[in-house]
Amino acid sequence: MDNTNTIIKVDNLQTSFFTHRGEVKAVDGVHFDVPAGKTLGIVGESGSGKSITSLSIMRLIESPGRIKGGNITFNGEDLLAKTEAEMRSIRGNKISMIFQEPMTSLNPVYTIGDQIAEAYQIHQGLSKKEALQKSLGMLELVGIPSPKARLKAYPHELSGGMRQRAMIAIALACNPQLLIADEPTTALDVTIQAQILRLISGLQKELGMSMLLITHDLGVVAETCDYVAVMYAGKIVEYADVTTLFKQPKHPYTVGLLKSLPRHDIDQDELQVIKGMVPSPDDLPEGCRFAPRCPFAREMCVNSLPDLRDQEEGNQVRCWIHTDEWDGPEVNVKDDYDYGYRTVEGTES
Amino acid sequence: MTTTTDTELLKVQNLKQYFPIKGGVFGRKVNDVKAVDDISFEVKAGETLSIVGESGCGKSTTGRAILRLDEPTAGQVEFGGKDLLALSKKEMRKMRKNLQIIFQDPYASINPRQTVRQILSEAMQIQDVLPKDKREERIKELMKTVGLGEHQIDRFPHEFSGGQRQRIGIARALSVDPQMIICDESVSALDVSIQAQVLNLLKKLQRELDLTYLFISHDLGVVRHISDRVLVMYLGKIVEIADKKSLFDNPKHPYTKTLLSAIPVPDPTVEKEQIILKGDVPSPIDPPTGCRFHTRCPFATDKCIQETPELRNNGDLMKDGHRAACHYIEEIESGEMQPNY
Repeated sequence: MDNTNTIIKVDNLQTSFFTHRGEVKAVDGVHFDVPAGKTLGIVGESGSGKSITSLSIMRLIESPGRIKGGNITFNGEDLLAKTEAEMRSIRGNKISMIFQEPMTSLNPVYTIGDQIAEAYQIHQGLSKKEALQKSLGMLELVGIPSPKARLKAYPHELSGGMRQRAMIAIALACNPQLLIADEPTTALDVTIQAQILRLISGLQKELGMSMLLITHDLGVVAETCDYVAVMYAGKIVEYADVTTLFKQPKHPYTVGLLKSLPRHDIDQDELQVIKGMVPSPDDLPEGCRFAPRCPFAREMCVNSLPDLRDQEEGNQVRCWIHTDEWDGPEVNVKDDYDYGYRTVEGTES
Repeated sequence: MTTTTDTELLKVQNLKQYFPIKGGVFGRKVNDVKAVDDISFEVKAGETLSIVGESGCGKSTTGRAILRLDEPTAGQVEFGGKDLLALSKKEMRKMRKNLQIIFQDPYASINPRQTVRQILSEAMQIQDVLPKDKREERIKELMKTVGLGEHQIDRFPHEFSGGQRQRIGIARALSVDPQMIICDESVSALDVSIQAQVLNLLKKLQRELDLTYLFISHDLGVVRHISDRVLVMYLGKIVEIADKKSLFDNPKHPYTKTLLSAIPVPDPTVEKEQIILKGDVPSPIDPPTGCRFHTRCPFATDKCIQETPELRNNGDLMKDGHRAACHYIEEIESGEMQPNY
């Protein structure tokens, strides 16, 4: 992962929520970096901490949540040391974000044009007229039909796909170096999703941005990302370039995820499952967090948490199987993954 | 499923579901949302027929109309030879013993103030399926069937995870021993690892209890996994219907092809030709004339704007039972017509 052209580097990020039930470690020691001009995908299921990771980068964590530790370096600058005012000049300017539900992130009482223009007025000090002129250009860029009329439209007058395009126009208005897209197409129909994904990838190449794509959809990852980090219960369990991840997944969770996915393009008899469910973040297992659900888990997995270690192929895996310390029989995770293959005593639910 | 017989369990004919739009000073009806517009199909006993389509295509409305959760505007629905639309409300309620539904969000469809035991026994009581003293045993059995523990019987819905709540929804549907279950986006809200568990459960139950499913979903991966036959809807109309294999391997309607090509494949080495559609789904209030897909179809001609295509089969190109509503199946197949993006 040591790329000299790194746009953002996240190091040992820890974000917790302090509730009356105690500390909830939503993100617990996450490392990654995004090379300039590339896309890193963060995949995981609900509660894995993927969205909290992206909100932490934007410093948008609200009480009772707090970034407890770690470093976030953006273009050589320490984001966690910035004042709120400095952060505000970075957000929407150098780092932009698009969310899943455009209707909740757009302001319903302002026109689309006003909302795009705002970015230019705040960050570039343009006059309203100049800003609106530039906004028109953005609407054209994101492929909104009859952009001139749409400048004066309110969010509710647009369809879901069009709103997401408008969101992208706002996000990209100031030509950010990093775009964080948090489930940008999850609320959209597939035909619209295909349009939006193509639009985002096209614009990314055209504008030379880096991108952090947060998603639960492995299909979207395969089609848009260069690198992938798989998160489980607040930690990255596997990191690899996209081809390696899909061809040679190494962590039992990644394998389970891929095998439990119903595919529309191939026939599958029985779906593999991952037994049980994601542990509650206020009651995490002591050892490997996936151990209670892992078909290969042994005592060592239950007792101690493995590190994220470098592998030969340049990827990284957090699993005892891929270390010299592994004391069990030789396992090929991808081929041997089978529900009920072996169970840890006392963890069967 | 291999147990599929040819007896039709459910027969839907010319079903229409229009929702009036009221407006003006007097609140008079000014127009209709044509959510489902004249569709016919049948579901055979023991099979799974899936309805797929994007938001607003009418797939959920169809499911609700069959159960008369919304009264259909026109058409016929026959279940086990009985005309459902001719039944009185009371008779219909009795009929729902045989025809159950599982919704997308189990939390919204089960009473949060009832324990699992109450939820399940209420269903049995209303439908009067078992004498009171046998219900307790049956509840335990149901819990086991859907993979929940006996010790969870007195818990409330909020004490369960999403996947488990969906299992409660399934248990409730099963508690009255139905012949057929309508699954309306039943696994859409679940994470993939949990979704796989619930899908496998649904398949197992079908094998063991000889159930018939009408499976409504937008997810073609899920549909390929669970269905025997698939029906594709677009703006209230059926555009294609076929056995699963034909639909996925030999789609004939341009919309089906687009839909299939638009789904991201979880394999970065697959180079696929992606058809990107222009524009959005038009409004069902004023749907396009002729073929409703013509505003977005890369093959559309004047004929498509004027004439509504019927569902049809071309024996040379399609298997028996595979029908598509397109004027130009042959021309597109032979390459005589080229897409115009």
